[in-house]
Amino acid sequence: MATDLRPGRKGRRPAPPDGPPAARRTWRARLARLDVKGAPYAFISPFYLVFLIFGAFPLVYTLWVSLHDWGLASGEREWVGLDNYEYLLTDGDFWHATVNTLGIFALSTIPQLIIAMFLASQLNRTMRAPTLFRIGMVAPLITSTAAVAIVFAQLFDHDYGFVNWGLDLIGIGPIDWQVSRGWSWAAIATMVNWRWTGYNTLIFLAAMQAIPKDLYEAAAIDGASRIRQFWQITVPLLRPTIIFTVIISTIGGLQLFTEPVLFSVDTPNKMDGGALHQFQTITMYMFDNAFGDDRYGYGATVAWALFLMIIVFSLLNFLFIRRTGGAK
Amino acid sequence: MSMLLTRSAGAGKRPGRFRGLWNASPLTYLTLIAALLMSIFPIYWMIVVATRSNDVVSDVPPPVLPGGQVADNMGRLFDNPDAYFAKGLLNSFIASGCVTVSTVFFASLAGFAFAKLRFRGKNALLLTIIATMMIPVQMGIIPLYMIMVKLGWQNQLQAVIIPFLVTGFGVFMMRQYADQAVPDELIEAARVDGCTTFGIYWRVVLPALRPAAGVLGLFTFMQTWNEFMWPLAVLSPDNPTVQLSINNLANAYFKDYTLMFAGTTVAILPLLVVFIVFGRQIIGGIMEGAIKA
Repeated sequence: MATDLRPGRKGRRPAPPDGPPAARRTWRARLARLDVKGAPYAFISPFYLVFLIFGAFPLVYTLWVSLHDWGLASGEREWVGLDNYEYLLTDGDFWHATVNTLGIFALSTIPQLIIAMFLASQLNRTMRAPTLFRIGMVAPLITSTAAVAIVFAQLFDHDYGFVNWGLDLIGIGPIDWQVSRGWSWAAIATMVNWRWTGYNTLIFLAAMQAIPKDLYEAAAIDGASRIRQFWQITVPLLRPTIIFTVIISTIGGLQLFTEPVLFSVDTPNKMDGGALHQFQTITMYMFDNAFGDDRYGYGATVAWALFLMIIVFSLLNFLFIRRTGGAK
Repeated sequence: MSMLLTRSAGAGKRPGRFRGLWNASPLTYLTLIAALLMSIFPIYWMIVVATRSNDVVSDVPPPVLPGGQVADNMGRLFDNPDAYFAKGLLNSFIASGCVTVSTVFFASLAGFAFAKLRFRGKNALLLTIIATMMIPVQMGIIPLYMIMVKLGWQNQLQAVIIPFLVTGFGVFMMRQYADQAVPDELIEAARVDGCTTFGIYWRVVLPALRPAAGVLGLFTFMQTWNEFMWPLAVLSPDNPTVQLSINNLANAYFKDYTLMFAGTTVAILPLLVVFIVFGRQIIGGIMEGAIKA
């Protein structure tokens, strides 16, 4: 059918120039050609317009801003070269926030992916009501982060929180989830885990369903236990998916913002992340510098440092997983 | 062939040692039910508190069933002078609606061009789209804010709409779908019938893209609805999105749990409705890799 039609379209183009109807035809043909040639560019241009103005330009401009002492309220704008970056390297608050971010990141990503993998292997069976389980598990994803952060902040409340009440039942004394550095990381990581485990479970499940089942049957005939099958068939074949989820989690985890901001209940400045900045993340530190302290130049420096960190960590994770996979 | 065999094994027909290999054991159900309860519990708890009065919340043991204080709490929520809750809701609906419609429209338009039209520089341009997906948008919020100041858009609703009218991710997703969902013959036929390129998009391509467009729309709506950092930077407390309204409440009324939770419940409600209606499509979207975290 396609081959029948194509010559027809081509044949229309060279219109013989004789008489007024033909002239109109040429004009039409020209318009049609313009349409064919120009339409694709017209169709993709809205994206590029939006992206150039609000995506690419800000990213590059961040670099420019970071080379200045720049205040919007004060009107200050002074070229300082690399001074901001030099300051960043010795800025204790920045490194403190970095350690917080990495700590929360580790506490959220690692258990999350392990649990997700386990749950996916459980879901990857013949069962009743599979859709119910899947829908239930991604329910956290559709809730709004800010709302859930508030609910969790209450659940982790020192005096009236559900968590401490539960711990009390099994004889563990009340934990001060807000004040202690480690416990606050754990509480925030719990929010992240709660939200994203189901999502990763479904991603893993989709990948597991793509693995041909006769591989497992063959392994079973050879006497491989289920656990061995999991490690020697499922995990290696899931490697691209694992890399995907790790990188997605890295990008999200290093930019963590909403959860710790709303977890903070006792401090007047929510960007502090607790009185001792015990759960202030890098993004909060950037936000506070720029929008709180009117230090847009230094805020931009922090943004670039974070951006580089995301790239480095994604690459490291990628290489690490490829290597450990290759060794098997 | 072997796939067919395993199919029937999955249905439990095949005798012998493979029977049960892919069947869920009671332990599996137990694990999954536990996971399900953990997933649902905070949402359920939120609704319980939102329907109670404050003196019950600190009860030991905690209340397990929703109470009858809904109207009272909702009244307090919408009357609260600091939250600007009604305005926040309206703003969120406007912003999420605009961004969703525009993203679906422009992304499917561009996705169609990339999948089905021939033009110079196509592959290079497609690569730049993929590259843009890697860039975390939040990293540019400082200059983005400066642009808004220049345009005089601080505290204007368009500041949370215009920069997000279309995303590289959306374009790429629609391109992938259009590539396999729209037959070339259909496009050629429409062209022979004298359709303009836009006419082809509107009459032939867009209807064919509807399933993917639906998923993209759902996720765009949810994402825009949930956006927190950028609205916090550019809008002020008296012209909030619903997430900022919650934040307003958290700043002043944190110990008033029923008020807070009434707020969070209302903020989640539209998403919950979307989820209940389109749950299957959302699951499908995630499993086909259609959404990015």
